[in-house]
Amino acid sequence: MTGNAVREMIVIIMGAILVENFVLTKFLGICPFLGVSKKLSTSLGMGGAVIFVMTIASAATWVVNKFLLVRFGLEYLQTVAFILVIASLVQFVETVLKKVIPPLYKALGIYLPLITTNCAVLGVALLNIQLEYNLAKSTVYGFGAGVGFTLAMILFSGVRERIELCDIPESLKGLPITLIAAALVSVSFFGFQGLFQ
Amino acid sequence: MKALKVITNGIFKENPTLRLVLGTCPTLAVTTSAINGIGMGLSATVVLICSNVVISLTRKLIPDKVRIPAFITIIAGFVTIVQLLLKAYLPEIDRALGIFIPLIVVNCIILARAEMFASKNNVFYSALDGLGMGIGFTLALLIMGSIREFLGNGTIFGITVTANLFNPAIIMILPPGGFLTFGAVVGILNKVSKIKIQQHNCQTCGLKCGMHAEGKEVGA
Repeated sequence: MTGNAVREMIVIIMGAILVENFVLTKFLGICPFLGVSKKLSTSLGMGGAVIFVMTIASAATWVVNKFLLVRFGLEYLQTVAFILVIASLVQFVETVLKKVIPPLYKALGIYLPLITTNCAVLGVALLNIQLEYNLAKSTVYGFGAGVGFTLAMILFSGVRERIELCDIPESLKGLPITLIAAALVSVSFFGFQGLFQ
Repeated sequence: MKALKVITNGIFKENPTLRLVLGTCPTLAVTTSAINGIGMGLSATVVLICSNVVISLTRKLIPDKVRIPAFITIIAGFVTIVQLLLKAYLPEIDRALGIFIPLIVVNCIILARAEMFASKNNVFYSALDGLGMGIGFTLALLIMGSIREFLGNGTIFGITVTANLFNPAIIMILPPGGFLTFGAVVGILNKVSKIKIQQHNCQTCGLKCGMHAEGKEVGA
């Protein structure tokens, strides 16, 4: 790879992590972000599973799109095809991990069934096609987006562990204060706007 | 009488967005204006009613083990139909909502209703449940969209209502405003209603991924 291509990849990764964070600026994957970010350990587990699945799913959906859908003029079946690819991929990853790397399965296993309906995964597959990325860029973008998701989860689990100890008005307890805290974390990510052009 | 109860259930008591806290991604992402909220809400309503009807009709044919993939395929089919119709007849809405139209497939509201209601009830009630849930979702998006558009842009449905008396706070139509508005709306609802929504967890989710039963609840 030439220096130029390497730089392009770095821009894609850093852009997906900081500037256009999937959770905090694109609103993809909010359900697990709110549901699973209560503890640092679960945030790490979920984040790891998402990075893993998103990277593989980006590559797999790109291949399916290029060699099946575009080739036979079936682009209108994109949504159906992608969700089926992702669903079977998650099942496949679960089975393989269980057999081949049991320790990793133990760490990520319980988060895997939740990932099929994580809109960040389908979102990254659709964005790859929309942005007209090639296979390498798609995979890198999927990886970067997963890392961005994990970063948001980890940062936010720290915030939430603090919130637990605070004296909060009765009606704001739980979800409302979590959302308001997420708003502040999201504001802080605005500082990265325009970092990469 | 039961029919009326099924419809109002989705609008008030079990409002999918504000009470069950499902489908948060589109709720936050598309509510930058009231009209976008309505567009998203109605698209999801159409998919909800159609998928509920088909799933209810086929509920005795689909084996229990493969029901979730089967449901997702049915839902994805209807999403594709809605997507193509929007592209053809309402291109502005299609452009404004972007990838959140195909993402209706993974909107938990639709899968949750398929699992919790349509796979257990007859076609008539399933259609009504889809309608009620859809109206509830649309209303919630309309409320969020109106608040954000009013505070962030000084307009509602594109009409200036503040008479330029104050400078709109642009942050309200940017991503942080979405979190803030949603938090505030849920907080106010907690204040005025008896049922408190404290967190998003396995009880409110309704999808039987098996973790809750195994005592491995992730959120709690």
